Amino acid sequence: MSQQFLTSSLFIAVVLLTVGITMWASRQTKTASDFYSGGRSFSGFQNGLAIGGDYMSAASFLGISGAIALFGYDGFLYSIGFLVAWLVALLLVAEMLRNAGRYTMADQLAYRMRQRPVRTAASMSTVVVSIFYLLAQMVGAGTLVALLLGVESQAIKNVTIVGVGVLMIFYVTVGGMKGTTWVQIVKAVLLMTGSLLITILVLAQFDFNLSTLLGAAAENSGKGQAFLEPGLRYGGDFLAKIDFISLGLALVLGTAGLPHILIRFYTVPTAQDARKSVLWAIGLIGAFYLMTLVLGFGAAALLDTGADSEVAKTTGNLASPLLAEAVGGGAGSTGGAILLALISAVAFATILAVVAGLTLASSSSVAHDLYKGVFKKDRQVTEREEVLVARVAAFAIGAIAIILAIPAQRLNIAFLVALAFAVAASANLPAIIYNMFWKRFNTRGATWSIYGGLLAAVGLVFFSPVMSGAETSLFPNSDWAVFPLSNPGIISIPFGFLMGFLGTITSREPESEVMFVELEVRALTGAGAEGASSH
Amino acid sequence: MAENYRTTDERTAHATYERMHATKEFHELRRRYRGFAIPWTVAFLVWYLTYVVLSTWATDFMNTKLVGNINIALVFGLLQFVTTFLIAWLYAKHSAKHLDPLANQLKSEFDTGAHS
Repeated sequence: MSQQFLTSSLFIAVVLLTVGITMWASRQTKTASDFYSGGRSFSGFQNGLAIGGDYMSAASFLGISGAIALFGYDGFLYSIGFLVAWLVALLLVAEMLRNAGRYTMADQLAYRMRQRPVRTAASMSTVVVSIFYLLAQMVGAGTLVALLLGVESQAIKNVTIVGVGVLMIFYVTVGGMKGTTWVQIVKAVLLMTGSLLITILVLAQFDFNLSTLLGAAAENSGKGQAFLEPGLRYGGDFLAKIDFISLGLALVLGTAGLPHILIRFYTVPTAQDARKSVLWAIGLIGAFYLMTLVLGFGAAALLDTGADSEVAKTTGNLASPLLAEAVGGGAGSTGGAILLALISAVAFATILAVVAGLTLASSSSVAHDLYKGVFKKDRQVTEREEVLVARVAAFAIGAIAIILAIPAQRLNIAFLVALAFAVAASANLPAIIYNMFWKRFNTRGATWSIYGGLLAAVGLVFFSPVMSGAETSLFPNSDWAVFPLSNPGIISIPFGFLMGFLGTITSREPESEVMFVELEVRALTGAGAEGASSH
Repeated sequence: MAENYRTTDERTAHATYERMHATKEFHELRRRYRGFAIPWTVAFLVWYLTYVVLSTWATDFMNTKLVGNINIALVFGLLQFVTTFLIAWLYAKHSAKHLDPLANQLKSEFDTGAHS
């Protein structure tokens, strides 16, 4: 049996399994609550797994272990920000959002403010964040599938992107939140099991001694002790250091503003379950990042990571799959072939699950916020109509993502993800925090902070070396880079907060202050919050 | 949201919310929640940023070896995991003991209309 045959069969198995789950879920999706929030009937543990499934993207599974394999310690820095970020979600956001809203991030703003402006703003930032994140995953999928099947061709990459796009449209339009959540759960279990297996096999080669593993990694990397120290990737001059701090800020503050994560808190019956799901998620995600540490250093110790190696040429993305092959017995062995195919299929499942979550978040916002809240402001919209619009929106967003992903293949995946986090931290988080803690906060404050943070984050990147003026830029031959950092967070996050503050103090909205009383009681006690659907 | 759009039911509910908001129990609940959430948020953000800043500027310190190939940078990074798990666990305990009973009591009073 050839490697390609084995890998392809497992890929097809993943597709069949997820399609089966979606078909099953579609029979139980009738109401708007089913479609948007899975009837709010998932348990804390199930949702914790699904959050893990949404969050542990291919960028973290393949990206972080790959970055550790190539840059040693600095790859690890990424995962720490990604994990600590969950405390923001746990302490400040999850439970109150669950109690205050129904289906989308905008709900808790609209609770006390003028519907149209805040829903429009929140919907815009939801779609922008989700599309950046979506492009990262789809571009990753194209590269990955081509590499894993061992065919280096642009056509295969394009076909993969279209295929992944079609599948995600199918999951969301047919399965809704219920189908998407089960796909996430299955993916999370596969990912944790696969990672644990490889982690144990790697550690076994070093007698379960971390120090020995690190020593072997440092030696085999050819970089010596520097490989175990910070600075290989992010070290440099003063600006490079500021750029790194800017990235660190976006990572830690972005998570609690990611729309596809926020809507997960609505899938459980109570705020206590929302808390439980975040606690499970922290445990799972933390354990996962500890495993990527072993996988990354394991790859550095056991694989060739020199400049011409396959790991280096794929910027680290193939480190985990090739490591699986190595610990399974090496290239050509049956064990190696099986493990390589297995880990590749896990990576593929990972991508499929994450893109489905993102598509659902943005189509929910388009249907619930824009269509129902803005266009049909005063007229009753039936649930059937709203769900139909959400399905059409999922189709449209999927199609747009496919069209954008083909040219976006020239962009760096890690950068797209970092940008999504920066926009989420700058545009969404200030509005969410102010809304829950500041009575005076109002419509102008909310719209200024969302648009301000959004424009600052995207605008600064446009005028940064990412776009022009450097060899690695998207447009290397022009130069309009007036902003020296590639990560906008250090400016755009405080700017989002500042705009929210200025907008609020320059306008008065007594309505919003009256309704804050209601919002606060509801957020903290759950009185009047949306319950689970009865069937 | 304009007051004129509200139904009679919603207006009654609003009066209940207002009454609940004014109770001692609610003030206590809010105090307990904020008394935990805000200081701990400041603490973990400062702790995380200290780690990020040390990783960029204090590399000599971070590169100090402790045991074998394990240096301060690695231990510091792993400590971030430990503190994240620890704070999450503390919050779970705090809310189960000090927040949930009070919140549930207020909620059931709202549901049975004890305040209306």
